[in-house]
Parts: sequence; structure tokens; C-alpha cells
Amino acid sequence: MKKSASGALAVVVLLGAAAYASFFIAPTDAKQGLIYRILFLHVASAWTGLTAFFICFVANLLYVWRRKPKWDWLGVSAGETGLVFTTVVLVSGPIWAHPVWGIWWTWDARLTSTFVLWLLYVAYLLLRTLIEEPERRALLSALFGIFAFVDVPLVFGSIRWWRTQHPQPIIMGEPGSGLDPLMYKVLFFSWFAMLALMTLLLRQRYRLEAMRGDLEIIQRDRETA
Amino acid sequence: MSLLSNSSALLGKELRTEFRSRELLTTTVVFIVIILVLFSFTFDPTSDESRRFGSGLLWLAFLFAASLMLQPCFLREQTNDTLAALRLAVADPFAIFLAKLVANTLFLLVTELLLLPLFAVMYNVPVLPVLPQLVLVFFLGSLGISVAGTALSAISAQARMRELLLPLLLLPLLTPILVASTEVTSGLLDRSPYVQWKGIGFLGVFDLVFLTALWLFGEYLLEE
Repeated sequence: MKKSASGALAVVVLLGAAAYASFFIAPTDAKQGLIYRILFLHVASAWTGLTAFFICFVANLLYVWRRKPKWDWLGVSAGETGLVFTTVVLVSGPIWAHPVWGIWWTWDARLTSTFVLWLLYVAYLLLRTLIEEPERRALLSALFGIFAFVDVPLVFGSIRWWRTQHPQPIIMGEPGSGLDPLMYKVLFFSWFAMLALMTLLLRQRYRLEAMRGDLEIIQRDRETA
Repeated sequence: MSLLSNSSALLGKELRTEFRSRELLTTTVVFIVIILVLFSFTFDPTSDESRRFGSGLLWLAFLFAASLMLQPCFLREQTNDTLAALRLAVADPFAIFLAKLVANTLFLLVTELLLLPLFAVMYNVPVLPVLPQLVLVFFLGSLGISVAGTALSAISAQARMRELLLPLLLLPLLTPILVASTEVTSGLLDRSPYVQWKGIGFLGVFDLVFLTALWLFGEYLLEE
């Protein structure tokens, strides 16, 4: 308990430092002004979400291979955590886009594929709620998770190739081009802080799922007894 | 070799079951006709407008129809308690999937080809000059839908709310098929038709990737 409390405290400090760096240390963008600072949250969350989905995929593979409940617990925890970060991406994106692009949303490649990715993992979590028996739920959702992850590059590819004939409504050049070195540092630090937050959330969620798994076993034993 | 002979025997069973009742084909055809008629109210279906939106609505109709058509695929085996027998009958469980996905591709393709003339007439787009190319796109698209759909219908058949669950799992997964097929089809329906080989290649890659995934993981989908 003490250990997890100090871990949480460390994450809060890291996040505070990342927020301070994004607001006060990174230089103000010449064209966008202050609003660009939300990108430190946005981009860091996007990378962290993808990391979580990758962990989910690996856990799904390991469950199908090894059939240990812990991989199922890790899979659902990572899927859910990834979904939280992707939601942050989908919310912070429009908040940035409205003043800069003049619109909240556009069906551009990156936005659309992130949205489809989000939907796939919503489906993954929904599927889990609809299967009663724990082993079956673990196996079938792991298999769907694998299919979904295999689909991700295809979704990105198809949307990138065919849905970007329209010029992208970006006022400045390509994102990432000519980024100030200090901005890079702040961005990577924000990612690091987000990864720490992800690890914390993942651990807590995993513990909850493990307890739920144990409870299910106890309930089943009582019913059969 | 036993894989092919097993799955061709199972394919025969799938086709016989369907052609005795013709339930699936009839219902799906009527369903797509309804969608096509309803779609015509959402925009002004002149020839030019149809060229712009026609391919997209055609593929959306196919996707929705497929997500309903693929429901009974494993559900029927489960309600009749024949899945265990099927599993015992074949050496490789992939044979079951192969038979079912070939049957589903055929059913989808037949439905699509039956509806193509109706679409051409209702929406004023000539399809005869590009018929072979259209059949190729229909085949590759339907194969992709069937491979992913057969796998997911084995999942949804074992869950609650399965009627809603299958479209929910399947439709986001099929985004690449929708994008690529629509793009190729709209090229073919253009005033000066052209073939987008990139799209056709992409559909082939999708089919191959999911066939491999099904071949690798299919047996686990049918575990007791």
C-alpha cells in the first residue's frame, strides 16, 4: 500500500513537472501562440495509447499461447488504459484544431484512423462484458484483440492512401518539421510522464482484475459445493 | 490433401443447406434492395450524383447485409449442436472455416451480382463495359468480408446479444475493405472508367493477412 502510494506520488510529481515544462519552459510557437502547448498532452497521450495497445496485443498472444489468467488480466488492463489515453487524444485534438484549423474535426487520415482504432478497442471491451464464462471470455477476447491489432496497420494504410486527396488544413508545414530542440525535449519528457501514468493505471487496473478473477473462482467453487 | 477434401465435403453441406431453403440468399437480397431504395431518398440520384456516391452506398449496403448474413454461420451449428460433431469429423479445424468462408463468399458474390443490374438501372450508372473488373472487386471485397466475418461470427455466436455484437465487432474491422473497394468501384463507375490497381492489390493483401490470421488462430475459436 505504502509502495503504491509513493509510486502514485512520483507520477503526480512527474506529471506536474511535465505540465510546468509544457506551459513555461517550452518556447511559445511563433505562429500558433499559446494554443500549441496542448500538443504536449495530445502527442504524448497518442504515443502512450499506442504503447498500451501494443502491450494489450502481446498479452493477448501470450494468453492464447500460455492460457495463464494473468495474461488475460494484463490484456484487459492495457486495452482499457490505452482507450483512456486515446480518448484524451480525441478530445484534446479538436480543442487544438478549432482555433488553428478553424474547425473541430476533419476526416483526415490521422484523425479518422485514430477514431477507428478507438472503436475497435471499445468493441474489444464490450465483447468482454457479453461472455459469462471466464476462460471463454479470456480466449475469445484475446483472439479478437489479435485480429483488431492486425487490422490497425491496414486501417492506417487504407485511410492514408485514399482519404487524403484533400489538402490537409494545416496552416504551418508538416507537423514535426522544424520543431525547436527545447520543444522536442519537453515533448519526450511529457511522453515519459505519460508512460509513468500509464504504468500506474495499468498496475492498479491489473490488481483490480486479478481480484475480480479470484472472486469469480470463489463464487464458482461455492456454487459447485 | 485431407484439408481440401474435408473442406470440399463441408462446403457441399453448406451449399446444400442453403439451396434447399434459400433463406439466407432471399432475405439478404431483399434487405439490400430495401437499403438501396432508402438510400435514394438521402440524395438526388441523378447520374452524376450517383457516380459520386453510388459506389460508397453500394459497399455500405453490402457490408451491412454481410454483417447480418454471417450471423447464422456458426449460430446454426450451435443451436443444432452440430459443432462438436463437425470438429470431430475433420482433422484440421481450419477445414471448417475454409468451407464456411468459401460458402459465405459465394453467397455474398451471388447476392451482389443479382443486385448489380438493379443498382445500375435505379441509379443510372452503366456497368456492362466494366463488368469483369467489377466482378474482380466484388470477389476480393467479399472474400475479405467473409474471412473476417466468419472468424468473428464464431466469436459472437458464443456471446450474449450476438445479433448486435457481430456488426459491432465486424464493421470497424472492415474499414479498410470499405475504403479500398469504394475507391476502386468509383473509379470503375467514372465517366471515363479506370482500374485502380493499387486498390485491388490492397484488397488482395487484406484477404491474405486475414486468411493467415484465421489459419493461425482459427482452431482456438472453436475450442470447447
